Amino acid sequence: MSRARDRSSKQDGAPAVAHAALVSAAQNNFGPPPTPSAFARTMSVFRREFAAYFATPVAAVFIVMFVAIAALLSFQMAGLYTRGQADLRSFFQWQPWLGMFFMPALGMRLWSDERRSGSIELLMTLPLTTRDMVLGKFLATWAFACVALLLTTPLWITIAWLGEPDHGVILAGYIASAMLFGTLLSVSVCLSACTRNSVVAFVLSVAACFILLLTGFSIVQDFFAQWSPKWVIESLASMSAMTHFNGLTRGVFDARDVLYPISVVFALLWVNVLLLDWRGSK
Amino acid sequence: MDTPANLIQATGLRKSFGTLEAVCGIDLCVARGQVLGFLGPNGAGKSTTMRMLTGFLQPDAGTVKIAGVDLAIDPLGAKRNFGYLPEGAPAYSEMRVEDFLAFTSRARGYRGGEVAQRVNLAVARVHLEPCRGQRIETLSKGYKRRTGIAQALLHDPPVLILDEPTDGLDPNQKFEVRQLVRDLGKDRAIILSTHILEEVEAVCTRAVIINRGRMVFDGTPKELDARVPAGVEHNRLDHIFRTLTAMNSKERA
Repeated sequence: MSRARDRSSKQDGAPAVAHAALVSAAQNNFGPPPTPSAFARTMSVFRREFAAYFATPVAAVFIVMFVAIAALLSFQMAGLYTRGQADLRSFFQWQPWLGMFFMPALGMRLWSDERRSGSIELLMTLPLTTRDMVLGKFLATWAFACVALLLTTPLWITIAWLGEPDHGVILAGYIASAMLFGTLLSVSVCLSACTRNSVVAFVLSVAACFILLLTGFSIVQDFFAQWSPKWVIESLASMSAMTHFNGLTRGVFDARDVLYPISVVFALLWVNVLLLDWRGSK
Repeated sequence: MDTPANLIQATGLRKSFGTLEAVCGIDLCVARGQVLGFLGPNGAGKSTTMRMLTGFLQPDAGTVKIAGVDLAIDPLGAKRNFGYLPEGAPAYSEMRVEDFLAFTSRARGYRGGEVAQRVNLAVARVHLEPCRGQRIETLSKGYKRRTGIAQALLHDPPVLILDEPTDGLDPNQKFEVRQLVRDLGKDRAIILSTHILEEVEAVCTRAVIINRGRMVFDGTPKELDARVPAGVEHNRLDHIFRTLTAMNSKERA
């Protein structure tokens, strides 16, 4: 408020002539409008979305809770110190489960809030393509998730101080976590476009992320085994986000483990664009 | 560049939602210097038409050209040529006014010092100086509406589409917004939807009345007034508005 008052007092003091000159300078100014590149348009959306997290308590609450729960699970549940091993395996093994709840929490509002508040009408009538908006929003949210992930690096520093960990494996673990978060986030962003209710978007996203993580596990496989052909079950097994995540965190580079999250993200963002365009025609 | 005579040109616009025909073949042309008052009872199809004019809704049939650019063929090119105030002036409530305007400025392709210049100009035009650093959620209805108008004006477009710009404002604020629209309308094409008839007399050079998705009147406010039967002295426009919209409903029934 004080900032507003400061500005207000400065503006009130400005001579009226300056105001009139400023306004009249723009009269009849129909010059050619700028034609920004796709990158510039995407970045304008990215910038707004990223700043929006820090304009509210969302950033602080999210980051504190994410780091605190990640540390709690690593120390209390997985015995980061008591295992006597200088690695972060006990930290990374919880990332999929953390992501399953935290990514939907970030992604649930992206489109549902826009639709609920009506700001989607403003956004969609700006000279931006649906692709610019989807990509800008996704990248901003993913960047924010990566900031939260980076804030857990004191664990890495601690382990490095206490022992001699394989830094390559830890780095691979962080990259795998960031990619997994991107995958889960793309699920959530896509489902957020289906409803104007954030809670519905959250619940659907958690369920979808749960299935995506566990498609390779018996809990899901058994369900499909009763009525699906074999190729469906095999396809599901190869689609498990958990399988590819575990492959990367072991520090073993397999192109499929890298291509998997990238292709899932692109496919779901493309579906997101189609969903929004389809809604525009309704 | 050869500027087309009609800055807004909509032909045969149709839109249905399920079995409901919201807009049934509307043709609309607005030239530079015209302020068109788009009137109709609630649910007549005003907002749906405006949403099709701005590309938020895709029409089932018909074409829209803004400053000669076909919205379906070159949506970005067409969108660069208009400023739009959606119904209720929605905005990002957690943002400060100047940050919000800076965002729309960047989305429109302005960079560096130009962003601040555009924001300052828009703020000055609608007298938003006292609250430019305030969060939008803390603003009064009048200032929120002004913020919406500021973002529509920011790039100085030749076409303005304003959906109920004075709805919910107090008489002073209404006066200010109408004066602004009158000034801007001198060298622009403006469509202004409203269900306040006095607005037509106050700011519009032309009035279009729609009812149940069909156009029932298109002419100047004077022509509208001339349709009032002899003997009606008070609320003349209200009378003709009721007659036109009720007549149309009966014909359809």
